[in-house]
Amino acid sequence: MSGFAEKHKKLERNVTLLGAAAFVTVAIGGIVEIAPLFWIDNTIEEVEGMRPYTPLELAGRNIYIREGCYSCHSQMVRPFRDEVERYGHYSLAAESMYDHPFQWGSKRTGPDLARVGGRYSDEWHVQHLIDPRSVVPESIMPPYAFLADKDLKTGDMVKHLTAQRRVGVPYTEEAIAAANEDLVAQADPEAVTTDLVERYPKAQVRDFDGDPDRLTEMDALVAYLQMIGTLVDFEAGEAQEQPR
Amino acid sequence: MDTLLLRVGGWLAIVFFAFIAMVLAADTGFAVHMAIIAMAAGITLWVTINKADYAAIGRGILKAPADPGIYDDDPIRWGVIATIFWGIAGMAVGLIIALQLAFPVLNLNNEFTTFGRLRPLHTSAVIFAFGGNALIATSYYVVQRTCRARLAFPGLARFVFWGYQLFIVLAATGYLMGVTQSKEYAEPEWYVDLWLTIVWLCYAAVFIGTVVRRSEPHIYVANWFYLSFILTIAMLHVVNGLSMPVSLLGSKSYAAFAGVQDALTQWWYGHNAVGFFLTAGFLAMMYYFVPKQAERPVYSYRLSIIHFWSLIFLYIWAGPHHLHYTALPDWAQTLGMVFSVVLWMPSWGGMINGLMTLNGAWDKIRTDPIIRMMVLALAFYGMSTFEGPMMSIKAVNSLSHYTDWTVGHVHSGALGWNGMITFACLYYLVPRLWGKERLYSLRMVNWHFWLSTLGIVLYAASMWVAGIMQGLMWREYGDDGYLVYAFSEVVSAMLPMYLIRAAGGLLYLAGALVLVYNVWMTIAGKQREEKPMTETPHNEDLDKPIVGKPAIAPAE
Amino acid sequence: MIYEELRHFADSYGLLFLALIFLSFIGWTFRPGSREKHEEAANMIFEEDQDDG
Repeated sequence: MSGFAEKHKKLERNVTLLGAAAFVTVAIGGIVEIAPLFWIDNTIEEVEGMRPYTPLELAGRNIYIREGCYSCHSQMVRPFRDEVERYGHYSLAAESMYDHPFQWGSKRTGPDLARVGGRYSDEWHVQHLIDPRSVVPESIMPPYAFLADKDLKTGDMVKHLTAQRRVGVPYTEEAIAAANEDLVAQADPEAVTTDLVERYPKAQVRDFDGDPDRLTEMDALVAYLQMIGTLVDFEAGEAQEQPR
Repeated sequence: MDTLLLRVGGWLAIVFFAFIAMVLAADTGFAVHMAIIAMAAGITLWVTINKADYAAIGRGILKAPADPGIYDDDPIRWGVIATIFWGIAGMAVGLIIALQLAFPVLNLNNEFTTFGRLRPLHTSAVIFAFGGNALIATSYYVVQRTCRARLAFPGLARFVFWGYQLFIVLAATGYLMGVTQSKEYAEPEWYVDLWLTIVWLCYAAVFIGTVVRRSEPHIYVANWFYLSFILTIAMLHVVNGLSMPVSLLGSKSYAAFAGVQDALTQWWYGHNAVGFFLTAGFLAMMYYFVPKQAERPVYSYRLSIIHFWSLIFLYIWAGPHHLHYTALPDWAQTLGMVFSVVLWMPSWGGMINGLMTLNGAWDKIRTDPIIRMMVLALAFYGMSTFEGPMMSIKAVNSLSHYTDWTVGHVHSGALGWNGMITFACLYYLVPRLWGKERLYSLRMVNWHFWLSTLGIVLYAASMWVAGIMQGLMWREYGDDGYLVYAFSEVVSAMLPMYLIRAAGGLLYLAGALVLVYNVWMTIAGKQREEKPMTETPHNEDLDKPIVGKPAIAPAE
Repeated sequence: MIYEELRHFADSYGLLFLALIFLSFIGWTFRPGSREKHEEAANMIFEEDQDDG
């Protein structure tokens, strides 16, 4: 015991040792908890239908991130009867596998958005974003009318997709090469989009903001909102689910 | 002269490169930030030229050496003022966003003033600007006093202070312009993160360097807490901040991790920003300033050692309780829950240790409003470290998560524990740092105490009610088997609670403004004429023997 | 390594290991004879005042 005590006396008097011991102590928890998530197979069960975001969806998601929507909206339906009934099928890990960063959120000042895609019309979303209280009188959401006036930045989506691929999103060479054109084409009803839809199955191609002449930030955000939670077909996969 | 030239050249180069980066920037946010950096470097350049000690350079030294016989308190004085400034700013923004939730018209239909952009401004301003400056300033103060040594690298210590302010300005202006990673409490973008990393490593060097130079053999326990806070924050910040910039001349980046892994990394960071920034660091303040103000040593030094090791070991595991019932694997959730519940014990160990330091001097709670603030801070520390483990139990969390209960919990910790212990330390520090005999007014400290206390009570109570009400309304089923409430109905039910919360915030802010006035007058060298806080009753008329009455006859 | 194996390790030897570390740590802190040293450490923050006075 006295040997141990001597050692500890040393620790109390040596800042390097104290720092090292403290660092090891705090590192253990993180290593044991986080590291396995990267190599235990069943962290993310593979699901049919997941694909990277189209350039327009990604641009919309970046606006969602820019505006800090996570402050009030979660994107994570928990496996409870009321949540499943209110929002839809509970969220699977695979559904956010391409989300850099994740946007699960921590607060529901507004409703969960994990399954908002396809739930309302484009017109509803545009009207709601411009003036939330004109469609939901009780709403306390800030108005986002400026999105409809701002032209969407085009021409740098190749860079965005390249950065995404560097962090592990499986965009193909041709998807990256076509990114700038795909961004514009998805919101243009006149454009030829066979390649786009082939690259991104279930991609919704149309003018989203009601102003076909302009590609605005509103187009991108609505395109993103309309696809959240729609990629996985839960009706087909019902058999393999296990309630928790 | 050469060194001076080198410095001037260096700052000039930064001005130049920041200007180039501004011109070539891929987006407005980045351009504005580069302009801010160019301006900051320009100001530093100007100061370097103006403040250079030319007489000393003429004698062949860079500048006259500082007096080694006194502590290096300049950066601490700046830190005290910065703490107060950012505190007021952060709390004011908090009040604004609280009112936005009650009156959405206050979003002003403008992209720069929406709740989504102001909310990270509030959280960063109070946690990192107010709390961070308080931590840096007090750590500089405590480490010098407990080591009986001057700050190790005076130039670096000043760089840390100003570098940290630049970080705050970049982060805050970024949020307003929509430059954010939208990772809670880690919103700043990649280049701001990199800058903070540099500043933080310099901070670690100053702190550890001072400890190394100490003339006391033992390292006092407060320094252990500061040390673990500095090291752990560095680790958390670097790992959680990993990201891939889209362009080296643009603000946007993509986080290195995705989905589940990103979620757990983020809440490992987020929870331990609470655990090490807002707990370990502030406990360091507690372990120095509470004994000093109470004029008696900490209740049990042994308990403080156990408190330290168990707290830092357990805290780091508790992050997953922010992700209960999500797509995070169950084993991680359970692990997070168990450690969160166990964490209750060291937390209360620390609280008891702080409170019992007053053992034998409990009267000071009545007579010394600074001690009273410290006791309130510890009481709230105890309350929120009980509430936290309770909310991390999965069954409770299923109700409380996503609701305003979480907001109330955070604020009982932040306003009650962090705010009150910081204010108490500021009141302790200001007369000492500015060489004044005493504070301008102790009675005003008392007013501050009561305004804050009432504010916190309103805040916490309204958020409890709001949170539990929300949780219950969301899950309420009618006899017909359908959900009873639409989401919008729950939103409108919150209005009265949001109003009470805003009133609580207003009171708390008012208390902080009393502090501003008090500190201002103290620094100005004024002393308020006021009745002392305590007067032992003394009635001169009765203070004499009774004469003229027969003594009570003794019993036979 | 598989999740199940880790789980079993955590439930048995892992737990025992951490508990032993914790107990020996408490034992060390409260070992007889350390009281004086700790009191000295607790009082060191007041030394400056004595110098001044």
